[in-house]
Formats: sequence, C-alpha cells, structure tokens
Amino acid sequence: MIISVASGKGGTGKTLVATSLALSLAYEQKPVQLLDCDVEEPNAHIFFKAQPVSERTVSLPVPKVNYEKCQYCGKCAEVCQFNAIALMKRTLVIFPDVCHSCGGCWHLCPTGALEPAAREVGTVSVSQTADLRLVSGRLKLGTHISPPVVKAVRETAERDYITIIDGPPGSSCPVMAAVTDTDYCLLVTEPTPFGLNDLALAVDMLRVLKIPCGVVINRDMPGNQIIDRFCAENGINILLRIPFQTEIARAYAKGIPLVDSDKIWRDKFYNLYHQISGEVSQ
Amino acid sequence: MKVAISASGKTLDSEVNPRLGRCEYFIVYNMATGEQSVIENTGRFSQGSAGIATAKLLNDQQVDAVITGNVGPNAFSALAAAGIVMYTGATGKVSEMVEKFKLGQLTEAKFPNVGPHGR
Repeated sequence: MIISVASGKGGTGKTLVATSLALSLAYEQKPVQLLDCDVEEPNAHIFFKAQPVSERTVSLPVPKVNYEKCQYCGKCAEVCQFNAIALMKRTLVIFPDVCHSCGGCWHLCPTGALEPAAREVGTVSVSQTADLRLVSGRLKLGTHISPPVVKAVRETAERDYITIIDGPPGSSCPVMAAVTDTDYCLLVTEPTPFGLNDLALAVDMLRVLKIPCGVVINRDMPGNQIIDRFCAENGINILLRIPFQTEIARAYAKGIPLVDSDKIWRDKFYNLYHQISGEVSQ
Repeated sequence: MKVAISASGKTLDSEVNPRLGRCEYFIVYNMATGEQSVIENTGRFSQGSAGIATAKLLNDQQVDAVITGNVGPNAFSALAAAGIVMYTGATGKVSEMVEKFKLGQLTEAKFPNVGPHGR
C-alpha cells in the first residue's frame, strides 16, 4: 500500500499529516516507511532525529563536447527544444542548467563529439529509527529539476513496507512524480479561499492520474463550511479534521509529531489508515 | 560594424526594450554605411531560455555588438562566445543609443547585469 500526501497549497500541513500517519502505523508494529519527496525543502527528518545510515547522489546526463571531433554542424543545437546548446561561431556553448537530459544531441551528433556526462542534481538519504524507515530527497542548491530526485527517492523505497509519501506543495511536475502510481492520495487543505482554490487544482490533477483521494482539513474551525461544500459537490470524502488550536501548533513548532503531543491522535490516524485501506480495497 | 539595439518597435524612433531575450525587434544599424534594418526577435517565443535563443539569432545575423537594458548569465555566455560585444543599461529611444554609441559614450558590459531569470 502506497499513500501519498499532497496539498495543492504550501504550508497546509502535509508533513504534519504524513509524519503522524506513519508513526501511528509504526506504533501498531506495522512495517512502515516515510518518503520525504518535498525535495526542495525536506523537513520530515526534523520529527525523527535519526542520523542517515546511507546517502547517495542523484545525477542526470548532460552533454559534454569533445572539440577535437566537433564539426560545428549545429545539429545538436537545432534538435534541442530547450536552447541548452548554442552554436556561436566556432564555439559550442552548453548550458547544463537548461538541459532536460533527453539525449537527442548526443544520439544525433554525426561525429560522436557529444557524450553524456553526469551532473549532480540532488541526494537521497536513508535513516532508520526504532519505529520507522525514513527516505529523504534533497535537491542540490542552485538546481531546479526536482522530478528526477523525487523519482530517486521513490526507487529507494522497500517493497514490502506500507509507504507514506510526503509530497511537495502545488500540483505541478514534482507533485505528479510524487503521487503517480500511488494507491491513494490524501489531500491536506485549510478552510480558506486559498486552500479551496489549490485543493480544486489538486483534485483535477488526481482525476487525470486516476488516483482516488480523500481530504484532511487542517486548522479546521467550527462553522466554516467552505471545504465541506466543495467536497460534497465533488463526491470527495473528508476523512479527518485537525482543529485550529494553539497547543497543536506549539508542539509541532518544537518538532513534536502530533501523535506524540496528544495520544488521542494515534487512534485517529490509525483509523484514518483503515478508512483509506477500506476505500482502496473496494 | 553591425550594432543591434533591442526595441519595442520597428524604427529608430522606437523605445529601447530593456529586455534582451523577450524584446520584439532589433534595430540593426550599420555604423560604416549608416544603413539600418529590422529583425523580428523570434527568440522571444521560446518557452524558456529566450536569452540563449536570442543570442543564437544575433549570431546568425552576424551582429558585432548589441545594446540593451539587461543581459542575464546564459545570454552573456552565449554572446561572449560569439565575440558579440554587449552594452547594457540602455534606455530612451533607439536613435539616442545610436548617437551615444557613435560618440563612444557606452561602456562595454564585462558581466551579466541581472541574475538568472525566465523560469
């Protein structure tokens, strides 16, 4: 079972939900792993205080030119849809930051002057606490191609574990990489017009990917029906409500997972898992 | 010597467009003959890295120098590789920039004057 957590909007509580869901399973002796796919700003590790047991780099192939072989025909620059190669007089200028690693240039080069060379874009680290396996991806500073790092995190997952994926915010390529091929997606939102707007975008994305989803309302306030109305109109279940309370925010800000700050949440999150399994197995 | 000035319109009376990669036109002025021509900047239609596409265009047009407002790091590397001299910080009308160039009042840009952008 793979459950992804996404939100559309940033800062809504994805990590709060993902860490608590993973821990509620761990406390019930279930084999569980948490994949932190928010690679631009991974923060799940803050809640576990475990040293990484392994780390590896994620690299992408980018073209490198051998000027002794280059005939300056310009085919490579012509085929590149991203302007990552420019033939400027008798210099081939390569822009690794712009390259999408499609390989068109080195495959089409008639003289074999272009070869793939590795460009580091991020790292994946694995840590293990008494309860839980944590895999975290981190995009290298100054780079912006995060989907390959997200994919590398997912490839580092163990097969037989229950997997919880803490996704990036938004509903663009990195989020798609995090939620694709997951059994269920939990959408965390907040009852504000911003939360609603981005929730709707995320729901549209999941419909395209054909992934079933349910909603968790964070910072919920009695009497505020903005998310409830949207979910009712769209046939989406609201699975959990986390109230807007100072105590919850205070503990979380200290790096204490919700299920540890107040034990009533252990049952609520374990129950959340059962609701999801029920929906998935139907 | 052919000098290209990034412009919002097609004549010497047009305003300088401060953007290199996304400007609409380049007015190309030949300093030796006084001839002028207009090229449409097709590089501006690029989804990303319009600065590189525009540098390619200027290279293909065998321009020797370019006068514009801002040049980012990628466009700078590409133009420098082709030996195209850059003058940044241009404002006002294209004709005013041509006059300043003739009088030697422009300073050659040795570095990009803005950071990465356009993504």
